[in-house]
Amino acid sequence: MEDLFIISDAIQEEEYIINMGPQHPSTHGVLRFKVSLKGETVLGVEPHCGYIHRGIEKMCERLTYQQVIHLTDRLDYLSAHINNEAVCLLVENALQIEVPERVKYIRTILSELSRLASHQLWWCAFGMDLGALTTYFYGLRDREPILDIFEETTGARLLQSFNCPGGLMNDIHPNFIKRVKDYIVYFRKKLPEYDELLTGNVILQERTNDIGFLTLEDAISYGVTGPSGRASGFACDVRKHHPYSAYDKVEFKEILFDKGDTFHRYKARVEEMWESLKIIEQLIDNIPEGDFVVKMKPIIRLPEGEYYQRVEACRGEFGVYVLSTGDKYPYRVKFRSPNFSNLSAINLLSAGHKIADLVAISGSLDLVIPDIDR
Amino acid sequence: MNSIITYLKELFGGIKTLLKGMMVTGYYFVHPRSIITQQYPENRKTLQMFDRFKGQVSMPHDENNLHKCTACNICEINCPNGSIEVISKQVEKADGKTKKELDTYIYKLSMCTFCGLCIKVCPQDAIVFTPEFEHAVFNQDKLIKTLNKPGSSLKEKVKEPINII
Repeated sequence: MEDLFIISDAIQEEEYIINMGPQHPSTHGVLRFKVSLKGETVLGVEPHCGYIHRGIEKMCERLTYQQVIHLTDRLDYLSAHINNEAVCLLVENALQIEVPERVKYIRTILSELSRLASHQLWWCAFGMDLGALTTYFYGLRDREPILDIFEETTGARLLQSFNCPGGLMNDIHPNFIKRVKDYIVYFRKKLPEYDELLTGNVILQERTNDIGFLTLEDAISYGVTGPSGRASGFACDVRKHHPYSAYDKVEFKEILFDKGDTFHRYKARVEEMWESLKIIEQLIDNIPEGDFVVKMKPIIRLPEGEYYQRVEACRGEFGVYVLSTGDKYPYRVKFRSPNFSNLSAINLLSAGHKIADLVAISGSLDLVIPDIDR
Repeated sequence: MNSIITYLKELFGGIKTLLKGMMVTGYYFVHPRSIITQQYPENRKTLQMFDRFKGQVSMPHDENNLHKCTACNICEINCPNGSIEVISKQVEKADGKTKKELDTYIYKLSMCTFCGLCIKVCPQDAIVFTPEFEHAVFNQDKLIKTLNKPGSSLKEKVKEPINII
């Protein structure tokens, strides 16, 4: 009996390494964490990515600019529309094409609807990570009407491919404006339920408050953008500081917190849903008349040079870099994906905390794995 | 004594937040009218998909079994995945001229990513998206489809395609 105690003491002392993933329900995809533990305390986390690597950047080198767009859907599938928009804006800016106001308005509305849908899915999955299964049904209930709006106008629920260089693939459906207006009224009533169900909940408070601190310096040096970075006070909203599309015509608040713990990353996303609603509300009544697409040449050739375009995706700054040699194919494409940078901070965030907190921390970063591996 | 008061405060404060959450779930327990679930396999007969839903690519034929495809290959060139293959044949007309006509239009559903480029670039509007979505089959070969119906031919008075590529 005494021997047994001696062995267990030895286990307590030495470093112990376990794998979390690639198939783990709280990593939301095929991501593998190599976690070093001492007892229950995390010493370090080493993320191993590449399980869903498809070589999208390389594939883009053999596709025309119109064809590249449908691959950007497959990066961060929850902000598919925003990723499409990044490539389209890059091509339009490189060729110096001014798209009609109507296109800008519709793009902005669809982007914000994507953001709402993405944050709702994050909210319900975050609750589920921490053991609150109920939230899953509430989040998906409110996400369904948005997917219906997408399906009616773009023809697809998730991977829309609705943008094309010079505008949109199709005009908005006649029901679009009515449906979006109805949805805003509906969701303004339902959003306070999110706070009642989860935000004030004592279990969530205990498990997220004062856990996984990210300072402003670390957020900047690791490049943590999006709501995760803004919870640490990093003013990085591309929509606010470098407005594109119709974001310069709307009033909205950049959500900033100073504390930078898991709970404030949660809070930043919930607050952002209110701001998204505000943006849609300001635009939906004023969609100008006009064409939905500018006539482009069938073969788009970008002038020789380097181009970079960034947009604010649901999880942070999404950037597209294109090196063109004047051919109809890009010579090199690089995607700056927000999730990869956000993931890099996970070792810093979770060291010294318990292993159960690692789930809360990785959930609060809102990782989408296909965006990390590309 | 102080620690007991703090403990009790935290305990009852925690219970209060839990009850607040239970109020929301309790409200929906007694108000079951706001159900959004579709009973899918049961409602198959009445299920209406949206018109623009990108289910699969298909080629509409009119009542005389005529389609609009001139076998110009623009869709095949624009497809990013190689899921379309247009096989054409040379047909001798009554006046002695030979003309290119569509032989088989092969569409590989398993490779399609539903980007919609083929439909956007088609100069004749010969192909459209139809909202069928039940694509599950037991054999992968069944996902390779021939879109033009057997015995179909080109609808006359279709203007020649503008050669843009």
